[in-house]
Amino acid sequence: MKITLVLITAILLSACQQQADEQVNLYSARNEALMKPLLDAFSQETGIKVNLISSKADALLTRIESEGINSPADVLLTTDAGRLHRAKLAGIFTEINSATLDRVIPSQYRDPQNQWFGLSVRARPIMLTQAATQIEISRYEDLANPLLAKQICIRSSGNIYNQSLVAATIEANGEASTETWAKGLVANLARSPQGGDRDQIRAAAAGQCSIVVANTYYLANMLSDKSNADDLQAGSKMTVVWPNQEGRGTHVNVSGAGVLKTAPNKNNAIKLIEFLASDTAQKLYAEVNFEYPVKNGIELHPILKSWGTFKADPLPLSKLGENNASAVKLMDRAGWK
Amino acid sequence: MTRHFNWYIISAIVASLVLLPLLTLTWLSASANSELWGHLANTVLADYVVSSLSLMLGVALLTSLLGIGSALLVTQYHFKGVNFFHWALLLPLAMPAYITAYSYTGLLDVAGPIQSLLRTHFELSYGQYWFPEIRSLGGAIFVLSFVLYPYVYLMARASFMEQSQHLREVAQLLGYSRRKAFFRITLPIARPAIIAGISLALMETLADFGAVSYFGVNSFTTGIFRTWYGLDSVEGAAQLAMILLSFVVVLLALEKSSRKRAAYHGKKTAKPGQAEHLSGKKQALAIALVCTPLLLGFIIPCAQLSYWAIKNIEQLASAEFWQLVANTLLLASITACVALFLALLVAYSHRLNQSKFTSISKGIIGLGYAIPGLVIAVGVLIPLAYFDNTLDGWLRSNFNYSSGLLISGTIAALVIAYLVRFLAVALKSVDSGLGSIHPNMDQAARSLGLSPFGVLRQVHLPIMKGSILTGLLIVFVDVMKELPATLVLRPFNFNTLAVRAYELASDERLADAALPSIAIVLVGLLPVILLSRVTRISNISRISPVARISSGSPKTSAA
Repeated sequence: MKITLVLITAILLSACQQQADEQVNLYSARNEALMKPLLDAFSQETGIKVNLISSKADALLTRIESEGINSPADVLLTTDAGRLHRAKLAGIFTEINSATLDRVIPSQYRDPQNQWFGLSVRARPIMLTQAATQIEISRYEDLANPLLAKQICIRSSGNIYNQSLVAATIEANGEASTETWAKGLVANLARSPQGGDRDQIRAAAAGQCSIVVANTYYLANMLSDKSNADDLQAGSKMTVVWPNQEGRGTHVNVSGAGVLKTAPNKNNAIKLIEFLASDTAQKLYAEVNFEYPVKNGIELHPILKSWGTFKADPLPLSKLGENNASAVKLMDRAGWK
Repeated sequence: MTRHFNWYIISAIVASLVLLPLLTLTWLSASANSELWGHLANTVLADYVVSSLSLMLGVALLTSLLGIGSALLVTQYHFKGVNFFHWALLLPLAMPAYITAYSYTGLLDVAGPIQSLLRTHFELSYGQYWFPEIRSLGGAIFVLSFVLYPYVYLMARASFMEQSQHLREVAQLLGYSRRKAFFRITLPIARPAIIAGISLALMETLADFGAVSYFGVNSFTTGIFRTWYGLDSVEGAAQLAMILLSFVVVLLALEKSSRKRAAYHGKKTAKPGQAEHLSGKKQALAIALVCTPLLLGFIIPCAQLSYWAIKNIEQLASAEFWQLVANTLLLASITACVALFLALLVAYSHRLNQSKFTSISKGIIGLGYAIPGLVIAVGVLIPLAYFDNTLDGWLRSNFNYSSGLLISGTIAALVIAYLVRFLAVALKSVDSGLGSIHPNMDQAARSLGLSPFGVLRQVHLPIMKGSILTGLLIVFVDVMKELPATLVLRPFNFNTLAVRAYELASDERLADAALPSIAIVLVGLLPVILLSRVTRISNISRISPVARISSGSPKTSAA
């Protein structure tokens, strides 16, 4: 009996919590540590309280879908465009008419129907150590060159950033050619894919491989963490190469957000996304996690500056979502674990 | 008759709690498209099956070796510190597998301190020396085994201790040496208990996602998430989960058949066996042997975590950190109490009725433990939200009142998911406690005019306090470590230690993840130590060697 009482109290309490006055409910695939500084700044500026659940994007999507019209979620925030596209296809987003967002966010970084908006740009270039001297590497396509046997470290194909990279390559070169490329890349791997992006950099620094494909913010985080001398040293051995500057440009993805059709606090939801696109927040994205601003004219962090400017692939990012399943199947066929 | 009917209803309700997500999975997998299945079968399925089977085989062998070996040493021999090792060997139980995996990777990886030292000291570069690859199938077997062997150890130890001196004397009369007696008598009698321990370890292995995915092992669980996330197919993922479930059914059937012949109720007055005193080299060897699992399963990963945690010690000062501790404790204690209460009802209704129906209910509940947490989360999420929305719709149309989401997104939803997964553990320990009480006792109590509830309360509960406590503690520790279901189902602004540790670790900030990880281990230690106190003194052989987690006498468990 006592237990039932405790449970009922818990339910009532959590029900009460949701009835504060000005608030917005955020389902976030970006983890709490990364979102907290941004959300605190938002609350401070607007007085709106942010309620947060952070989890995997697909789990949040399933949760929103099954919660249906009673879902408390106002905003879904993901770490890649593919998931935003998936959410759009699931029909859970609503179109947002915001002059501010239309003005500041470049069109390739948002949905054509304004159902979602990119908020930070994540670039996935190639990184080299001094041991990478076999051939000149200037394109992703070069990674399949047989001269690079046992030279490449890249994480598993289960990772969304790799799936997006392959999805973009399918768009650029077609499926057959991409599959040949993926097979060539797999043949050049120094080890079976494992660990995260930082682990690839660490392995390269330790001499297991000389070529890495990784998101830049991982490298920047390693370079800025004064408390971890090993990572700092490993990171400083890497040179960033911006691939495909003569052609399609370097592969980029965005983290971004959309407002839900069923949002109980729609106005606050729009305010939150507008805030995340503001100058203050865009700078915070770089300070907290070294991502590139989605908006032009924002001062870059010195570490990002040191890598120079680059041409980003102008591909509309909804394509990444459209090609994602094909990309995964292609990687399965290519034996990319 | 009506009284029996009520007991049936109770076990049906509890079993349906576990059945609900299973049915949801079946329903989902029925709507999967066959083209996707063709793709999986042609490319990755074989790899998933082979990896999972190798993983299970490896874990079964290594946990048996570690669990039986250490149980043998601490029960059959007397050496310095044996009392300490009795409970210390349980410590790895407090380590979540994914956290051990993170810390070993930090240590043994190509960029870790050991390999770096090798390279700088001997002026070697990578490739010029041999070093085992931690992030591999072998590494996964190693990490999982050193975390999971305590299940086998617990079961084996309890069984070894309960075998009476009489058996030993019989062995002597037969002219058996100590070693021969162990292999001919002690081990065969303990076999069902050991197999129960191994099956728990294997179910955890099947359900593990954190460690396996971090090591890049393509097990079934990895495949399930890849299909869901990468191919955007919850249905395909559910199909794979159904196959995983068939593995479990086979496993449980094997376990059950191994137990069939061994159910007898031991004599209550038998004396425990005597331990042989070791000295000199033999003693040193014994100590070295029992130190190994303790060192590799607990001390080394903890030392690595502490090293990281000290760098981030200022987290301790934040109120938020303590909120995490409070949330974790709240969830773990609510779930442990509810799980034990329900398990008691189910086990008892089976004892009263001994029917096929109650036995099937128990079987269903047993399945939950091997289902990956995230799969359970989806299986719970969908029907709960459906229930909430249906109720809301009905209230709206009839009373113009909206109840919104009543259960979804509350702590109750989380507790339900935990129950689906961990009721199996609670049931196992309650079962072992009940199994140890001779049915004659029930008959005697009933003939003295007690109702079935009266027998439970006045006769059974006091006797099986130890088993109940064991069940409570294991569920408690399991909930503390649970991650994926918590991640999906939790309410707004509600974090636990496991969630925090995982979020930081998955962002590749292992050092920041260390403090919450250490906290999980420390809080998890309390019940483990308690558990060992309860189980250690259970050498009064009141109990059958039927598989159990542990046993306890009224005297010792009251202490």
